[in-house]
Amino acid sequence: MDFGGLRAVNGVSVEMNNHEIIALIGPNGAGKTTFFNCVTGVYTPTRGDIHITPPGGTTVSIKGLKPNKITEKGLARTFQNIRLFSNMTVLENVMIGRHIRLKAGIFGAIFRDKGTREEEQRVIYDSYEILKRLGLARYVNDLARNLPYGAQRRLEIARALATEPFLLLLDEPAAGMNPQETKELEGLIKKIRDTENVSIFLIEHDMSLVMSLSERIYVMDYGRLIAEGTPAEVKNNPEVIKAYLGEEAIA
Amino acid sequence: MKRNEILKMAGIALWFVFLTFPIMVIKVRVTDQVIVWRWHNMFYIGFGTFFGGLLWRFALLRRKATRKGAASKVLGYVEKTGLPVLFRTVRTKITERRNRRFLYVALMVFVIVYPLVFSLYQTNIMTSALIYVVLALGLNIVIGLGGMLHLGYIAFYAVGAYTYGILYRSFGIGFWVALPIGAVLATLVGVLLALPVLRLRGDYLAIVTLGFAEIVRIVLNNSGSVTGGPQGIGGIPRPGFFGIEMRLAAATTYTYYIIVAAVLLTIFVVWRFENSRLGRALVAMGEDDIAAEAMGIDLTKTKVIAFALGSLWAGIGGVIFASRTTFINPGSFTIWQSVIVLSCVVLGGMGSIPGAIVGALGLILLPEYLRAFSDYRMLMFGAILVIMMVFRPGGLIQKKRKAYTFPTEEEALS
Repeated sequence: MDFGGLRAVNGVSVEMNNHEIIALIGPNGAGKTTFFNCVTGVYTPTRGDIHITPPGGTTVSIKGLKPNKITEKGLARTFQNIRLFSNMTVLENVMIGRHIRLKAGIFGAIFRDKGTREEEQRVIYDSYEILKRLGLARYVNDLARNLPYGAQRRLEIARALATEPFLLLLDEPAAGMNPQETKELEGLIKKIRDTENVSIFLIEHDMSLVMSLSERIYVMDYGRLIAEGTPAEVKNNPEVIKAYLGEEAIA
Repeated sequence: MKRNEILKMAGIALWFVFLTFPIMVIKVRVTDQVIVWRWHNMFYIGFGTFFGGLLWRFALLRRKATRKGAASKVLGYVEKTGLPVLFRTVRTKITERRNRRFLYVALMVFVIVYPLVFSLYQTNIMTSALIYVVLALGLNIVIGLGGMLHLGYIAFYAVGAYTYGILYRSFGIGFWVALPIGAVLATLVGVLLALPVLRLRGDYLAIVTLGFAEIVRIVLNNSGSVTGGPQGIGGIPRPGFFGIEMRLAAATTYTYYIIVAAVLLTIFVVWRFENSRLGRALVAMGEDDIAAEAMGIDLTKTKVIAFALGSLWAGIGGVIFASRTTFINPGSFTIWQSVIVLSCVVLGGMGSIPGAIVGALGLILLPEYLRAFSDYRMLMFGAILVIMMVFRPGGLIQKKRKAYTFPTEEEALS
């Protein structure tokens, strides 16, 4: 992925299979979020391609699609610095997540025919169920900006889940959390993977979370992949250690 | 307030006297070729600025919170008069479910009997105000819900009015046929504007919409053969009742009821839209369009719908406006008019329907009812606007999100 003369992502290939939890790690500035943004449609890769195979579907390329189209295809993302709809209630945030799985148009909005009414009821019910599953039910009518930080992070995940993705992309979900909260997040992500039938791809800096959560890890530095493998393999990889701790640490 | 603040205020007052010296003190009477020195004005300005300034500083301090110092002492006195308590009880009473229904009924009755109780002049004023209510509600969709700064709203109003005018002049089409045509045409023009502004945000969107409104006005001004140019189109008929033309008094009342119906329709549609999938998508887009797009909302479609739906009401308002004043010219559709509608929405409360209504009524009716103060009414009006913006920038009636009720676990199981 080139930005003018700067090659931010240089030949990075990631492969994911169903129900896996994959992590992408690397020092700051390695190009992880750029890679992420290429996958989610914020940028169009200048070279290379992205193929997805939704469950029960055919393999398609999503390169060049706009973010909302990609979400429709089944990829949902969260943001590194939380981007909730601050002045909407918690429930409404999740209801927005349901947007693409609903049909009501301007006609339905104004005339509220039976189909639209039922759809609205279902949306409210389904969104509330998602909130319950993520432990946010008691905040249901609170404004999103009034939530504590940890709850806001969970709300972002809830909103992403509402889009019914088969792949959930988490951008530094543990940022700003203390060890206790991180442990809870780890349990939550595992639970989501097991019960919600999604695969998870995350960018993360918190090594303990990455090591205990992921099945495979990809490591980036200066735009390139420098290692990939299981947590055990990656932890002992000299290239990885060099990238994080510098040359001296090996000697 | 500390001593040097008071000294500063005195200094400001003196400076202000100096600045306004040429205007307020020196007056040239051209008829007699004589200069009149109005020294008394110096004292008025000086003391007025000094005490007014102190009052202003005090009010600002009070707004900054806290119960400390001189501010709280006066607050204490104000509380004793019982007024704040009165306001608070009124507000809680009004928002209670039962009372609210009663209030609506009372309001409807008042609205319906208005022309029968008040004079023709008052009815006319109210009609004008209600047209602005429709405009404010329409603009509220784009600005209040969608968070897009739209400075060219009056262009669609002009489209509606001129549609009626031109159709009448060229084809003799009457009000009731022109109304839907004007509405549809305004909507199409709204879509036309939405397309080039899709990628723009904030200030750039504002400038482009402003430019668009000016383009419309200038085109209307210069297309003499079609639009009558600066002279406009006159003799536009008032709405007829099944083809019967009415005399002025009856026609005015009839127009009043038409606009009331339009207002009710607008409120209904906007309210339904707000609480629908598309309405929520629009609000989300206004909050954070990147997140909204990531959640699957098609930004293009949503923006176009917002602009189209917004301009629809301006078109309807325009047709009714043309039929009410029976004469239209480009001078009625300047940027200033756009700003007035914008002020209605902002002052009343962005995003809330009662806010837009109160804002429009307040902004249009207040100068009318302040006529008693003749020379000073615009001054008072301006002062009210400034005070509103400093102390309640969210508007009079701020938007509250809808709260949903759910049975708790115990209730659900029982």
